[in-house]
Amino acid sequence: MIDGTTLFGLCAAALIGFGLFGLIVHPQPLRKILAFNLLGGGVFLLFGVIARRGAGAGLSSDPVPQALVITGLVVAFAATALAVALLLRLAQATGRITLDAAASDAAPTQTQDADS
Amino acid sequence: MMPEPSILLVLALVLPVAGLLLALVAGGRHAGRIALLLTPVGLAVAAAIAVGVVRADEALVYHLGGWAPPLGVALRADGLSAILLLTTAAIIGATGWFARAEFRPAPGQVEGRASLAFWTLLLALWGALNLVFLGNDLFTLFVALELLTFSAVPLVCLDGRAGTIEAALRYLLFALFGSVLYLLGVVLLYGAYGTLDIGLLSDLIQREPIALAAAALMTVGLLAKTALFPLHLWLPPAHAGAPAAASAVLSALVVKASLFLIVRLWFDVMPELMNPTAAQVLGALGAAAILFGGVLALRQARLKMLIAYSTVAQIGYLFLVFPLITRPESVPLAAADLGAELVAISVSTSAWSGGVLQAVSHAFAKAAMFLAAGLIAQRLGHDRIADLGGIGRALPITVLAFGLAGMSLMGLPPSGGFAAKWLLLMATIETGQWWWSLVILGGGLLTGGYLFRVLAPVLAGASEPVTLHAPVARYRELVVLALALCSVLLGFVRLGAFDLVQIGRLTTAGMGLP
Repeated sequence: MIDGTTLFGLCAAALIGFGLFGLIVHPQPLRKILAFNLLGGGVFLLFGVIARRGAGAGLSSDPVPQALVITGLVVAFAATALAVALLLRLAQATGRITLDAAASDAAPTQTQDADS
Repeated sequence: MMPEPSILLVLALVLPVAGLLLALVAGGRHAGRIALLLTPVGLAVAAAIAVGVVRADEALVYHLGGWAPPLGVALRADGLSAILLLTTAAIIGATGWFARAEFRPAPGQVEGRASLAFWTLLLALWGALNLVFLGNDLFTLFVALELLTFSAVPLVCLDGRAGTIEAALRYLLFALFGSVLYLLGVVLLYGAYGTLDIGLLSDLIQREPIALAAAALMTVGLLAKTALFPLHLWLPPAHAGAPAAASAVLSALVVKASLFLIVRLWFDVMPELMNPTAAQVLGALGAAAILFGGVLALRQARLKMLIAYSTVAQIGYLFLVFPLITRPESVPLAAADLGAELVAISVSTSAWSGGVLQAVSHAFAKAAMFLAAGLIAQRLGHDRIADLGGIGRALPITVLAFGLAGMSLMGLPPSGGFAAKWLLLMATIETGQWWWSLVILGGGLLTGGYLFRVLAPVLAGASEPVTLHAPVARYRELVVLALALCSVLLGFVRLGAFDLVQIGRLTTAGMGLP
């Protein structure tokens, strides 16, 4: 019989796998940002599982990982906000929401011409 | 009873953060003034920490709120941290003076968006770097890395052009990939050992699958942030597109922070896990970065892109330290076959001090180069390498500084870069790994090649009269020259720094230093 901790642990592993796959495979930045959040969700769930497993001294769970998760959530939220804001600015400036490798290598150089 | 100087560690963190908050509130012209006032104080604090470490002959430790780990969180400064704190304070200060003219609100204007953003981000970057060098807890270091990313990414796109926004977004995505892998490693380590304090972890950690998995995840994550080949794709457009002052701190300092964490991880947290095969792999990636970065730098048409690719190459040298520092007593391949058995590791001290010296001298040289490129671009209105003719006459001090910095990158005596590469070469011979010396020498040749491409037209004079744009203030040229001179003069202080880098290393006793 599979218990709750194991089940959540497996869920966390699956989320991390999906997130990592999406982050590496999808070329569009928005999907990468979403995949990053999926991956982050998996890591935070893993923190919860570890808190439960590491419980001692009659507590139902170890409070340290929970404190870390809260900090981690704030960081992930800020990162997502920054990424989305950059993406919005990119869409406003160029009308596209993709990162074109060939274009971006040339971009800083072209724009320096515009300065002169 | 805690030693008194340890309060300085708190001061090193509080100063930039307090300055950041003040600058945000005061705004306008005050933001720049606050930053410039704080940099000498920060430099003094960093110097005091270095003196404290040397006097005590051990790492300075501060327990936050008086709670010792595992309950509390500690700050710790060993010799390496002290050196990097000093370097950071010096480069941030110099860059601040350089940027004073560039980032102030236009005359008649109360507030400039770019100027406020630049000064607050510069202070945030400084605070985050200090936290990376002082944190002694893997989660604190995660937070520090994230703070560093969040202050570095907006610096890339300060001018708001589409190209730089794209570079910033790519940088952010690579950095997030890196930090989430790092965090995953942290979770696994906490799950296995129930603590994240570096000192406690190093006692508990064992060679077992979960620790190895955590080490692998954290290393790969940090490599993405350090831009080691082949995860370097984000670096050239980001560093080349940023304003000169921002490029200087990004290239000189920010990439070194994640590298510093890899060093902490491998040599402080888990020295037992140090595996000759993994060290050889890191060294091979470093070698690939040296050659690949050098060849691509040769092919760039723009000065700033060339300097950015040169950063990719120079980062490679730092990774040669990993194979050079761990010499298994037996032949590397045989040791790898022994698998889980602990390999007696002897540390090559010349590799260690060579690596530190390379990190510091590259930081000064690269800051000088990017700032020099900024001045050249301002004077000429462009930075096409082919059309740099005649700039040597217009900006002699800047060109001299560029040449001196290049000398250090190439490894010509008596520069800091020469001493660093010489120590690394000695280490290749000491440890009997001659193949790395070929890479070091080949990398030097490539560096010479791409710098010659810049300096030849610069010194040759113009075939046609050059049109000059905005003049450059003399003090900005002198700041660049001072940075370049620092990188050259480092070649003379290596014997003094040699002792400092060894102080407070957790692994010193275990690894049997000669």
